[in-house]
Amino acid sequence: MSPTAAARQIDPPANGLSSHAGIYHYDQVDRDFLKERVEQFRRQVARRLAGELTEDEFKPLRLMNGLYLQLHAYMLRIAVPYGILTSRQVRQFGRIARQYDKGFGHFTTRQNLQFNWIKLVDVPAILDLLAEVDMHAIQTSGNCIRNVTSDQFAGVASDEVVDPRHYAEVLRQWSTLHPEFSFLPRKFKIAITGSSADRAAICIHDVGLIAKRGADGTVGFEVYVGGGLGRTPFIAKKLRDFLPEDELIAYLEAVLRVYNAYGRRDNIYKARIKILVHELGIDAFRDEVEAEFARMPVAQYRLEPAILDGIRTRFASQPYEALEPISGILARARLEDQAFNRWVRTNVAVHRQPGYAIATITLKPAGGIPGDVSADQMDVIADLADRYSFGEIRVTHEQNLVLAHVRQDDLPALWKALADIGFGEANSGLITDIIACPGLDYCALANARSIPLAQRISERFADLDRQHDIGELKIKISGCINACGHHHVGHIGILGVDKKGVEAYQLTLGGSAAEAGAIGDILGPALSADETLDAIDAVVGVYLDQRQDGERFLDTLARIGHTPFKDKVYAAH
Amino acid sequence: MPLIDSGKLVDDAWVRLGDDDALPAADVPVIVSLARFHKDRASLVGRNGGLGIFLASSQHPKDIADHLADFALVALDFPKFRDGRGFTIARELREHLGYRGIIRAVGHTLPDQYLALVRCGVTQVEIPEGRDPALWAHALAEISTAYQVSVAGPLSMARLARHKKTEHAA
Repeated sequence: MSPTAAARQIDPPANGLSSHAGIYHYDQVDRDFLKERVEQFRRQVARRLAGELTEDEFKPLRLMNGLYLQLHAYMLRIAVPYGILTSRQVRQFGRIARQYDKGFGHFTTRQNLQFNWIKLVDVPAILDLLAEVDMHAIQTSGNCIRNVTSDQFAGVASDEVVDPRHYAEVLRQWSTLHPEFSFLPRKFKIAITGSSADRAAICIHDVGLIAKRGADGTVGFEVYVGGGLGRTPFIAKKLRDFLPEDELIAYLEAVLRVYNAYGRRDNIYKARIKILVHELGIDAFRDEVEAEFARMPVAQYRLEPAILDGIRTRFASQPYEALEPISGILARARLEDQAFNRWVRTNVAVHRQPGYAIATITLKPAGGIPGDVSADQMDVIADLADRYSFGEIRVTHEQNLVLAHVRQDDLPALWKALADIGFGEANSGLITDIIACPGLDYCALANARSIPLAQRISERFADLDRQHDIGELKIKISGCINACGHHHVGHIGILGVDKKGVEAYQLTLGGSAAEAGAIGDILGPALSADETLDAIDAVVGVYLDQRQDGERFLDTLARIGHTPFKDKVYAAH
Repeated sequence: MPLIDSGKLVDDAWVRLGDDDALPAADVPVIVSLARFHKDRASLVGRNGGLGIFLASSQHPKDIADHLADFALVALDFPKFRDGRGFTIARELREHLGYRGIIRAVGHTLPDQYLALVRCGVTQVEIPEGRDPALWAHALAEISTAYQVSVAGPLSMARLARHKKTEHAA
């Protein structure tokens, strides 16, 4: 069959495989910049090793390059711009994992990849390897504008109104080494979506953007500000209902300026923009932003349509075949194989191109570590992406991967190949599709371990019949109040606490990171790990007993309230 | 403190005057606090040596907006290099208030911040004693790509617009 249109292919790499991947393809300007940035960091490392920089002075410099000092080693966090990768980049991760880490990497809730066992002296060499494939670790940490995140189904979702990737790329370039906003009171996270369904959790970001169309078809943004988790969780508040496209950069500059000038610097836990917005009130905060915006030479910051057109030309398009909307091969395979059918139900989403599908690879095998992928698995996934999805791989904030352009005909073969490497689990959005932070196994801030608890929950609920019966139920685990595991917005949230020197876990119910967003309510006193497992069983039991026709867990909880759950969980206490 | 201007070590003629210090000879340029300026404005303005104002990171450019014509120099304090308010203050002085005099960063900054300071409109930086000034000179040339608008240039979104005339479709 012939491609539907002349698909754009950019800078074909030597292996000729990844040039249709839907990422922004670097030009010489980007590559020159990256080279200079790697050299700069190489010298910073040398100055630190020579004692010319104190650790206090080096810390923000290394953090701005994604390098943390954890419990046992350095951790390097690599930026995956709005979560989209090429197969070549994933293979390079595998190479780095083998050569400089313990043979695996860890995908995070920020759509990034972390290596947890890195030596400081190796970092410049690793950055060279990353630069070979147009990657880096810039602004994955530090008090600056962080790597922008987005909808993992961008550009292919059937419910999409505006493709957010091009705006995310504009934001990436604009925020890169921004001279004014690299020493903010605290970190600053921007998320953008262009769909009615929010898969990017914009309500828990410092700034959340929903790209949409006005009555006349022009693009604008609904702007939210001041969302965030941590010890003081807030759902973001609406700042503007429709910000015209060409004012995006000017307006964000105004927001950042108000934050940089007035955000608190006296207390690290009160330094996020959410606290400023909360203390001023959204109306007073908006007045400040609008006043700054009104003073700006807005024309200088104008995001002209031609800029976006230019950015769009750097995104390859995919040479889709003209296919029947319904695949007979897929339909037959679903009838013949219940296990496959189940995987399609949970892990496959509708693609806007007829005959294609979006496949989610959940990195949550029974008893596995959420988000961990070995170098060998990376290689296989890269090969599968080349074979079935134009060499493109995406990362989700739920610590899963996505192949976004799979022919429906190919789904059975793809699923078998994924099952061979342990990633064929039919559990996307189910109770074992758990988000977990690294916790006390790695992190110096943690009170409790997150990963072993996630593993035990996924073992306890491994029975797929039971998981599918339970349906959509999102568990999110954080090892401390910094909430990297998003526990506040888990349907069941689990927070690790230190109870007189013993690891314990506090449960919350009713959180959500979807459209409206909600912070969960604490169920009761903290529990041991064993008790937590039983408590989750008890919560699920109450839901299954009480649910009415087609209700999801959140629906039943909203109808009957917390008390029946609390009574059951603490009945034995 | 050694002083860097345009990447080079330069002599510093300016004297930081304490709030109770006596005024030096009229041709010696002085930097004073906002409090001293308001107290002694009559005797400070119009001195031959020039007048500079010291702005703490918690003070706001609007506090001096009405008097900017009096100042040949604004010294912005960086109590800690992590306190980035000075970047926004400098940019505001240039972009909103049209200030064209010297902006000097004083206090604790790192050579790694120098380029960003310059891009936000800072012209001079005091550096700690004993540090190699070459680091600052080098920092100016370290990163040659600026993706975004800044008061020291570029003044438009030209960098973001670089793709617009190129046709990449295969």
